[in-house]
Amino acid sequence: MSKNFSLRSLLVRPEVATFLMFLAIMIGFYIANERFLDARNIRIVMGITPEYIIVAIGIAILMISGEFDLSVGSVFALVPMTIVQMVHQGIPPWFAIFLGLTIGIIVGFVNGFITLRFGIPSFIATLGMLYIARSLTTVATAGFPPPFPHILPNELFVYQFELFRASLYWALLVAVVLGVMLHRSNVGNWIYATGGDQNAASSMGIKTGNVKMFCFILCGFLAGFAGMIQTFRLEAPLPSQGYLLELESIAAAVIGGVSLFGGIGTVFGAVIGAILIRFLESGIIMARIDAEWFRAGLGSLIIIAVVFNTYISRRATRIGQNKAED
Amino acid sequence: MEDIIVCEALNKYYSGVHALKNLSLKIKKDSVVGLIGDNGAGKSTLIKILSGAHQPDSGHIYFEGNKVKFKSTKEAMNLGIETIYQYSALIPEMSIARNIFIGREQTQYNVGNFGLMKTKTMQDDAMKALTDVELHLRSPDTPVNQLSGGERQGVVIARAMYFKSKVLILDEPTNHLSVKETNKVLRFVEGLKSQGVTSIFITHNLSHVYPIADHLCVMARGEKIADMDKKDTTIDHLTDLLVNG
Repeated sequence: MSKNFSLRSLLVRPEVATFLMFLAIMIGFYIANERFLDARNIRIVMGITPEYIIVAIGIAILMISGEFDLSVGSVFALVPMTIVQMVHQGIPPWFAIFLGLTIGIIVGFVNGFITLRFGIPSFIATLGMLYIARSLTTVATAGFPPPFPHILPNELFVYQFELFRASLYWALLVAVVLGVMLHRSNVGNWIYATGGDQNAASSMGIKTGNVKMFCFILCGFLAGFAGMIQTFRLEAPLPSQGYLLELESIAAAVIGGVSLFGGIGTVFGAVIGAILIRFLESGIIMARIDAEWFRAGLGSLIIIAVVFNTYISRRATRIGQNKAED
Repeated sequence: MEDIIVCEALNKYYSGVHALKNLSLKIKKDSVVGLIGDNGAGKSTLIKILSGAHQPDSGHIYFEGNKVKFKSTKEAMNLGIETIYQYSALIPEMSIARNIFIGREQTQYNVGNFGLMKTKTMQDDAMKALTDVELHLRSPDTPVNQLSGGERQGVVIARAMYFKSKVLILDEPTNHLSVKETNKVLRFVEGLKSQGVTSIFITHNLSHVYPIADHLCVMARGEKIADMDKKDTTIDHLTDLLVNG
């Protein structure tokens, strides 16, 4: 009985369902084309995935605290563009990186400040920021994308090892540090409490505004950091970089079991969600399906994941309440 | 017996409405006080003031003989006054252990206020806290949304006990509960007395609080209309007061 129950409680965890979905997709595309899982394809997919993992983690933590950030795609472009332009202005590379990442932090702070100070939905505050930051990026290109300054230490972030790039290790570092923070530290407990029920959290003395602000800032910082990695990999700062990334990272979080209403989700789920999306994209191409089907696949995946998670969480609650009434 | 809380002539206005009128009240240590009144009688205003959520416009509060002025719920909690609000005392998706320690986590490797939670200690202490209020649940990792209403109130009471609250303010703890679950909660509250906890039980349902109360206070239109020991009154008399004001 107890063994039976623990298996059930494991299956009820949303990120486990995501992982099973991930395995199914991997096996399905492998059957369609064996080369889907050979070293070459894994090298290609895992070369671009870390950037998406980092953004998805930031979004996931912010969503768990009960807020959204639609500006991550624009910050993803703004931060590296600023870094490159500052280096062109003669600012030392490491100092430019420091200032650039600070811009991500400032954008996160402004998002949080507007949302919390004026009590408006973060959906709106960050939608505004989506346009503002994108506009600033285009202005910063001064009409023509600047060349990539090779004095920037990009190898440190994107060096191609045998199979993986350095960026994957950076993403893993982010995942481990923030996973420990979210799941093991008291700050993590406050984040779940704030997103789960803000009134209850504040009646227990948690400063929910500060908690949310921290998550906004973290999300802005991670979006900028990930954007910097992409520019370092491509060795080209593009003003269009990260276009629609905000929706894709929300998709990754949601596929990974993060609730749109806050209070539920894991770092692991967001990581798997991000990887799943990139392999789905690759699998569709490898299976010689028209690449335009990727978005249809992604869309279906989001709907299936959320319907499934809603179903199992309702079931879990019902099991508990039936038991309690016995 | 000595008084743990003394309120003197408390007044509170909400944008012109006189919500609490010159309220004075003495609460004896280790007793169960039933605070009864219909909706809008001023019960919520009074508990918000006692819990530190709101501040009175005039009047004084004494706690254990000392004059106090709470600027926040945290301040009241630090002195040992814990309030359990009707709907928002627990986070449904979080485990029992995490709920018990919200905002007061046991941590190690601290940097300032931040640190890693001692998960094992918190789980063990959570189970012990539950057992202390005679609540026997299988695992401290069970999410609260899998518990029944009575069990949830039990968890909240266990939390207050664990943190050595001296006064527990319960806002309609038996609302929307089945008869069986209500009895469970009443047993929890009755058990508090023997453990040196004073409870203030707010309800509009006299029959819930009457069996376990030592003292009853009836409010109407922001005023106290009756304040007496149970031995000096009857359920019929109180019902009459409640209905006719």
